[in-house]
Amino acid sequence: MCLAIPALVTALHDGAMASVSVGGIAKQISVALLEEVAVGDYVLLHVGYALHRVSEEEARRTLAMMAEAGLLQAEVADMAGLPERAGVGT
Amino acid sequence: MKYVDEFRDRDLARTLAAAIAAAVDPARDYNFMEFCGGHTHAIFRYGVQDLVPANVRFVHGPGCPVCILPARRLDDAIELAERHGVILCSYGDMLRVPGTGRRSLLKAKADGADVRMVYSTLDALDIARANPGREVVFLGIGFETTTPPSAVAIAQAQAEGIANFSVFCNHVLTPPAIRHILEAPEVDPSQAARLDGFLGPSHVSTVIGSRPYEFLAARYAKPVVIAGFEPLDVMQSVLMLIHQVNEGRVAVENQYTRVVTRDGNAKAQELVARIFELRPSFEWRGLGSVPESALAIRAKYAAFDAEKRFALSEKQSRETKSCECPAILRGVKKPKDCKLFGKACTPETPMGACMVSSEGACAAYWTYRRVETLAEMAAE
Repeated sequence: MCLAIPALVTALHDGAMASVSVGGIAKQISVALLEEVAVGDYVLLHVGYALHRVSEEEARRTLAMMAEAGLLQAEVADMAGLPERAGVGT
Repeated sequence: MKYVDEFRDRDLARTLAAAIAAAVDPARDYNFMEFCGGHTHAIFRYGVQDLVPANVRFVHGPGCPVCILPARRLDDAIELAERHGVILCSYGDMLRVPGTGRRSLLKAKADGADVRMVYSTLDALDIARANPGREVVFLGIGFETTTPPSAVAIAQAQAEGIANFSVFCNHVLTPPAIRHILEAPEVDPSQAARLDGFLGPSHVSTVIGSRPYEFLAARYAKPVVIAGFEPLDVMQSVLMLIHQVNEGRVAVENQYTRVVTRDGNAKAQELVARIFELRPSFEWRGLGSVPESALAIRAKYAAFDAEKRFALSEKQSRETKSCECPAILRGVKKPKDCKLFGKACTPETPMGACMVSSEGACAAYWTYRRVETLAEMAAE
């Protein structure tokens, strides 16, 4: 629940919104909680909001760890609005 | 070493395990509470307990937002959906949690209530925009990571004049819960888990920073290490805690410096302070009433506060009988001490919240230690 996932900012939009890519999935998110965001930044994405900027290296190692632990698929499924996974609710 | 093959960097895992083994004083115990359910998951997933000496123990904390929401608040959410006819928007984690009489939001939905799973408060706002003739309530739960998104949604609803949107606010705070656990021994020594230090949460701390934990070292003389959630982060943080204990030091240290600063995310903190204020007290499953541990929506934003908009009835809410979630959340019992575990209570038919959420201790034992736990239960 308190897990955040690294996302790459691909475009900025009005209303503090941005397009990001997470594990190849495109998503519109809010960047209202960050001071400054630029295209090419990696951010920690949590329930549709960028919470923190992270380095590319940190983003890559976190994504690799999450994929290995089976968390990445779950987060991406949540994000893409797929049905709830049985018994899992990070 | 049983699980070390699971690590991407096995050499580093071995080195850390050896360093921990060398640092540990065999004549004493080290009981460390990992507050965050994400850490509980990592510890089980990677078998970290098996990589450290037996006298280093993890005590699972209450950092699972789904787990600590008491039946009463869930019953209120179900009432909003059923009796007040709102569109109730909730994160998916909450839908299967049993309230009084094992009623859940999912059951309410099956019976015709308009309960919708959302990924984000942004989705709840979209639903409100698309249904101007309906009341839309977002069930706000979670610690300091999910609170800023609820604050943004309220600010946005006000800016846009989305008058049919409100939040049922159940947001809770990490530091007061840790304080409460440490003060429990004075209240009830038999319930007290003896703790030598804390692993501080990763992503919560990106928002609040490491500063809010400093009172733990100053006032309660408990070491805290803010830990990333990778297994190697957890092991390195355990080593840092062991060093503090051995040297008699108490400090807030930050292992997760890659991401966490002392001050956190100021913009998010300011927004949260603008929209929310401290509740005098809030009921937690397991911990009971905890002073100044949760947030309410400020009077200025009362139009967006579901508790003000709707008259919620008095209820005789009850936790599931025989469910040991409350004691497990306090860290004084383990899932094997619950006679429902793996029998009446499984992730498919959860009797308690700790089995529903993957961050809950029961779900972690079920997923990674089922055979061992059931064998231990049979032997007792």
